[in-house]
Parts: sequence; structure tokens; C-alpha cells
Amino acid sequence: MPASASDPYDLAVIGAGSAGLAGAVTAAGLGLSVVLLDASPQTGGQFYRHPARAIGAARPEALHHDWRAFAELRRRLEESDVSHLAGHHVWAVTKEDGGPWAVHAVTGADGTAERSVRVRARTVLLATGAYERQLPFPGWAVPGVVGAGGAQAMLKSGLVLPGKRVVVAGSGPLLLAVASSLATAGAQVPAVIEASGYLGYARHPRALAANPQKLVEAAVHGAALLRHRVRLRTRSAVTEVHGTDRVEAVTVTRLDRDWRPVRGTGRRIECDALAVGHGLAPQIELATTLGCATRPVAGGTSALALDGLQETSVRGLWAAGETGGIGGAQLARSEGELAGLAAAARLYGHPVHEGRVRELQRRRDRMRAFAEAMALSHAPAAGWTGWLTDDTDVCRCEEVTAKSIREAVTDLGARDAHTVKLLTRAGMGWCQGRMCGAAVACLAAGEAAVEPPAERRPFAVPVPLSALASLDEPTGIRPDASPEL
Amino acid sequence: MARTPAELVGANPGSSFEITMDGRPVTALPGQSVAAALWSAGILAWRTTRNTGRPRGAFCGIGQCYDCLATINGEPNRRACLVPARPGDAITTQEGHGHARLSV
Ligand SMILES: Cc1cc2nc3c(=O)[nH]c(=O)nc-3n(C[C@H](O)[C@H](O)[C@H](O)COP(=O)(O)OP(=O)(O)OC[C@H]3O[C@@H](n4cnc5c(N)ncnc54)[C@H](O)[C@@H]3O)c2cc1C
Ligand code: FES
Repeated sequence: MPASASDPYDLAVIGAGSAGLAGAVTAAGLGLSVVLLDASPQTGGQFYRHPARAIGAARPEALHHDWRAFAELRRRLEESDVSHLAGHHVWAVTKEDGGPWAVHAVTGADGTAERSVRVRARTVLLATGAYERQLPFPGWAVPGVVGAGGAQAMLKSGLVLPGKRVVVAGSGPLLLAVASSLATAGAQVPAVIEASGYLGYARHPRALAANPQKLVEAAVHGAALLRHRVRLRTRSAVTEVHGTDRVEAVTVTRLDRDWRPVRGTGRRIECDALAVGHGLAPQIELATTLGCATRPVAGGTSALALDGLQETSVRGLWAAGETGGIGGAQLARSEGELAGLAAAARLYGHPVHEGRVRELQRRRDRMRAFAEAMALSHAPAAGWTGWLTDDTDVCRCEEVTAKSIREAVTDLGARDAHTVKLLTRAGMGWCQGRMCGAAVACLAAGEAAVEPPAERRPFAVPVPLSALASLDEPTGIRPDASPEL
Repeated sequence: MARTPAELVGANPGSSFEITMDGRPVTALPGQSVAAALWSAGILAWRTTRNTGRPRGAFCGIGQCYDCLATINGEPNRRACLVPARPGDAITTQEGHGHARLSV
């Protein structure tokens, strides 16, 4: 809590995953008043998603690696003075001239409560994590096709599986983690289908050798997959889902080096669900709306550009974890701590714990190097669009087909995702292009280099009209989660 | 080896309760989202799309794709993967999707 009720907090942390938790407890430990907002009812973020207490799980750690690290962060949070605002969906961060930041959030499990709150803070740490990147393919909207990370999230928090026999497909290291949890939780996983190979890693021996933890993780997943007789097929993709109301089977096709499906190599695998994903994309719209600089990352997405102390190009706004580039929970934790130290140093006007800062920076750089090498190995190659049929829905929300998008590009001359969106409505629906943005950018670019879709959305989450209307009213100086209504 | 995820984490099944999907009873565990409760009953779709009337359910599982929109106790456009199930909840198939209450 700030010293006086009319004072802003020293630090507002948005996101209570590994990065946000580490940042919040570090800053609070140094005497800062900290508020921690998260859309979810519980802390932990995506990696440490877990069932609600009421389920009474005796072994919540059974579905997790490194649960101890989370238990420790949670204990420190409970012992701290951090105000944790759960169920707060932040839709904008604003700043009035020279004043503190204002963080605006709607409340309720799905953010539909008719109440918007505003929290004021001198500094902000953005730790909003990532969302899963998808590439469309024929049948990907059939019920039973779910995000790979989505299946993992539903399993970790809801203890449910999308089917009994689940194929896992796409690209990236997350697939192995997902397959191993699904199998451990009782699903049959006939195969993991990886569009890249793993040979790419071998080109970065130094990054691999410097990150033994990652090798241990891979070995653990590998062992689980062997135990459950899961087959791993590389350089292949699911190019069709069979079934209309429910997944009945998938066709798996070999890919050439450029991810173009090789004719005549399709094989059918019977299954009742498919968990699919192509890695993760940083969730950064709260920052880009404020004009924070970004940098392109492998695979056609953008991450926030950060300085050595995790600060964005906008002074007083730090970022940690996946927002600065996909890198995993351990990296997120180090960056969160670093950002917490940096915000404290700024507010106190002198450096704090310089030795620790240097150690965290070294750790961060090592893990980042590994993450970027991995992202390169799994970045989609241009040939993937070869598996789209004319009637494949690229935009799930607005049901815009590959044919309409290609027409917008070839007949109407659209060259970027934004123009395609205006012409076809692709990316204009509820999800604001999170699911189709990467794909539309590829289709719009054609043979040219892909421009990452601009991660600019006026609101990071949908906002009830009543909450927006209330913004015009003077809000006075009510600091602590003051209702705006 | 665990046969179900609930067994794996040692969940206490004693506290389960009932909700309905288009009138059909479905068992939910406390803290489970509406989507999770429906999945556990083998139900994967609870919405039809506006243009082509095709079935949809949860896809991203974390509140970002809006494919899981459901009508819960008469209120449309609730993200079933986020809303916790409560005893007696009546879920009904949502046809099309309006932008009724939200500004985007
Ligand atoms: C669906 C999914 C599944 C994943 N599964 C795995 C896995 O099985 N294994 C693995 O190694 N890695 C997994 N990852 C990656 C892993 O989650 C990250 O490496 C790690 O969680 C990074 O920590 P973070 O703190 O940066 O972000 P996160 O842990 O994602 O935390 C971000 C937090 O910010 C909150 N948030 C976001 N936007 C807002 C907003 N506007 N308002 C309020 N709160 C907000 C979210 O609710 C979340 O709690 C997964 C990622 C995703 C997206
Ligand atoms: S499943 Fe994506 S929003 Fe609910």
C-alpha cells in the first residue's frame, strides 16, 4: 500500500506469471508499494496454471516442472505487502502529462462485470506473457482441434482432456511438453508431428551447452514420450482434419525444407482430437499502444525492444518475460527480478544490488541466446501456405477463407495484413487478429519478406460500453483500485 | 499410471455438482471453467458461427480466441474457458455471435 491513500503506488505490475511475480516480490522486498494485476483468479501465469483450491488437489505439482520455484514466489507474495488484484483484465495503460501512470482494468472472470477500475502508479512493469501462434490448415476449426498450449492450459487448470486419442502437431519445443503431459494424464498420443527438425539446435552448440536445464527438460519429456510410446515425426504437418462436427482423423503429410507439403506422402491417423500450435507470440499491445519500440523476432512476430535493465523505449515502463521475446518461465523469472531491481533503483535514484543485477543480466543473456536459436529452428518457412485449400478459413472469427485473402492480394493489390483486413474483415473479429494475424501477414507478403503484423489494438481486452462511457467523468485522486463508475 | 487428470493430481471428487448443457446434466468440479466441465462430459462445441452455422467450442483455452463464447444463464457471449462453473448453471448453445455488449 502507498503511505497515504491519495498516493499512487510505486509500481504496478501487469501479469502474475513467472515474470510478474518475480518483479512484484523483488520490488516489494526493497520497500516499494506494489500492486499486481492479473486477469486470472490465481497467480502463476501460463506455466504454473493450476486447479482452483476448491478442487482439493493433493498433488498440484504432478503436471508441472519446477513447481518449487513457483511455490517459493507464491510464499513470498503472501508474506509481502503487495496488493494482488485478481480477475482484473487490463485494457489500457495511460499517462497524463507529468503525472503517474493509470492502469485501467475491467473485472470479473471474463471481464464482463460492469465495473472498470483505475490504479495509479509511478512505474509500470508489463509482464503479460504470450499467446499461441497458429497457422491455419483445412479443418482447423472443427471441434476437437484445440491449441497445443490451450490443451495444456485446460489440463493444468481444469483437469480435462479434449479427447481420448490426441495427435499433437505444429512446431516448437512446447509440443513435447504438451504431448508428455497429455500422455501422463491418461490420453493416448499416437504421434507428435513437428514441421521442423531438431537438427537446427545442433547449429547452436554454444547456446545449448550453456543451458543445461533445457537439456534436462528435453530429456524428461523424451523419456515420458518413450514410456508412452509416442512417435515423433519431424518435417511433417497435419494438412487436413477429417470430420465435420468432431475430429475423426487427421492427414499427416511430409514437408520439404521450405515446409511445402510433398505430394503423395499423406497418411491418415485416427484420433478424436488434435492439439496444434506453432510456438508463441509476445502479448504486447498495452505497450505498443503507448508507442513502445518493438523488434522483429524469428517467425514473423514482434517483441518489445528493451534495454539492459528491461526498460522499454518509454521511460518508466519496464517489461519482462515473454513480452520481450519468447524464452520460457525460468528466463521470465530472472527478467522479472531484474526489472523489479531496476524500477527500485529509478525510484530511489541510486543503483541497488549491483552484483545481483550483473548476475541476472548474465543469466538472461545466456537464456535469451538459447531461446532465439530455438525460435529460429522452428520459424515457419514460406511453403506452409501450400497446404491451404481455397475454402480453408484463415480468420476463424469472421470466417474469411484463404481464397478471399488471396483475391485481396492478387486482384486488389493488398500487400500487408492491414490492407487485407480492411478488404476482407480478416482479423477484425473478437480475437482482433491474434489467431490469424501471423498467417494473414504471410499471405499478404507473398514472395516478399513478411512484415510482422502491427500489434496495435485500441483495447487489449474487450471493454463493456458502460466502462468506456465512464472514462469521460472526472475520476479525482482515488488511488487504490478506485471504481471509475 | 493415472487414468484421468483428476486422479493424477489427487483431486477430491466428493465436491462435484451439476450444471446443464441444453438441458442435459453435466458434472462439474469446483473451480472448473464451464468449458472444462463440458470437455469432461465429451462436449466440444457449444456455439455455431454467424455466417456458416458451423459448430465451435474452446480453442485457445486461455481467453484469447473467443471461439468458446457460450450463453450462460441466458447471458450470451461469455467466454466459457474463463467463467467458472457454478451449481445449477444453465448453458445453452449460442447461435451466431452478437457484439451486443462489448465495444470491439
Ligand atoms: C497457452 C500457453 C501454454 C503454455 N504451456 C507451456 C508449457 O506447458 N510448458 C512450458 O514450458 N511453457 C509453456 N508456455 C510458455 C510459458 O507459459 C512461458 O514461458 C512463461 O509462462 C512465461 O512467463 P511470463 O511471466 O512471461 O508470462 P505468463 O506466465 O504467460 O504470465 C502472463 C500473465 O499475464 C496475464 N495477463 C495477460 N494480459 C493481461 C491483461 N491485459 N490484463 C491482466 N492480466 C493479463 C495473464 O493472465 C498471465 O497470468 C505456455 C504458454 C501459453 C500461452
Ligand atoms: S477458448 Fe479461446 S477464448 Fe475461450
